[in-house]
Amino acid sequence: MVQLTLPRNSRPKEGRVWEAPADAKDVRVFRVYRWSPDDEENPHVDSYHVDLASCGPMVLDALIKIKNEMDSTLTFRRSCREGICGSCSMNIDGTNTLACIKNIKDIRGDVKIYPLPHMPIVKDLVPDLTHFYEQYSSIEPWLQTRTDEPSDEWRQSPEEREKIDGHYECILCACCSTSCPSYWWNSERYLGPAALLQAHRWLEDSRDELTDERLDRLEDSFRLYRCHTIMNCAKACPKGLSPAKAIAGIKRKLVDREI
Amino acid sequence: MVERPLSPHLQIYRPMLTMMMSIVHRLTGVALYLGTLLVAWWLVAAAMGADAYAFYQAVAGSLFGRIVLIGFTWALLHHMLGGIRHLIWDAGYGFNLPRVEWLARATLTCSVLGTVLVWSLACL
Repeated sequence: MVQLTLPRNSRPKEGRVWEAPADAKDVRVFRVYRWSPDDEENPHVDSYHVDLASCGPMVLDALIKIKNEMDSTLTFRRSCREGICGSCSMNIDGTNTLACIKNIKDIRGDVKIYPLPHMPIVKDLVPDLTHFYEQYSSIEPWLQTRTDEPSDEWRQSPEEREKIDGHYECILCACCSTSCPSYWWNSERYLGPAALLQAHRWLEDSRDELTDERLDRLEDSFRLYRCHTIMNCAKACPKGLSPAKAIAGIKRKLVDREI
Repeated sequence: MVERPLSPHLQIYRPMLTMMMSIVHRLTGVALYLGTLLVAWWLVAAAMGADAYAFYQAVAGSLFGRIVLIGFTWALLHHMLGGIRHLIWDAGYGFNLPRVEWLARATLTCSVLGTVLVWSLACL
């Protein structure tokens, strides 16, 4: 349901200021969302004064520096630090992206860092993605066939293989789904851009034989048709994919099968 | 267990042209319902006779009336052009990001120019 404001317990307050060391040369302020389940406090936004002269180029480098040198309680997910694992997805400078491939130089003024939007928070920058993963699993993201298994392998021509370009690169970081206002208001029933992009991936796969059943499950005013082509998903995707286009592809397949 | 907070959304997301266009498409859609009532009033007034029609004309011709009608004209054109934009997307075209941006700007420019054109012709 549309609720434009945050619930009372979720409204961030002004937090602590963490000063840079006295010999810092190139100080930048990182304003970071904090929330701990261990006290009864509301979320707060802490200001960390980071010396960029001794920091790597990416926002993730700054977060790691903060955790190592200033405040070890800061909590965030990270793993590959090269944009392939999708762990460090968060809202930086007003848009969702991966902290490891967002250059600090591309941000003007204070660097504002929030968790992925409209999600229940576990701690600091860590959102609970359980529901997001359940939605992914609901589209049954695996090969489904009826014909007998071939003795060697399921064949695919290069042209057929090309059809799943722009889909298989998805790393399920949830940047797209959590950038989508439709997903904010209806995430209980709307599958969201990430799960729908994956659904389209299996519809496009020439080897998959359960296309009709997959389309039946998607044909729903909420699961699919809450997409209003707002385009936040395509703008947020750190891998440059277009969930909006994939969703339009599903809608077209549903029309095509009627005529 | 402590109740988990909901992370900020509208409060922190950077407003972008495409996102605003989507909201405006919705708002102009609502405005068209109200505009249709004005059209109905015009027709009913014409059917009721000279007095009723003169009253309609006095209201519609006033400064306030004209502002409302100019707004209605723009909402109609903007919503129609937005509809065409959605039709292009539904057909599977115009999804690369520069084209998305171009379509948004074109919709906005044409709806404003169209409104100016319609009212220039009306005032001739």
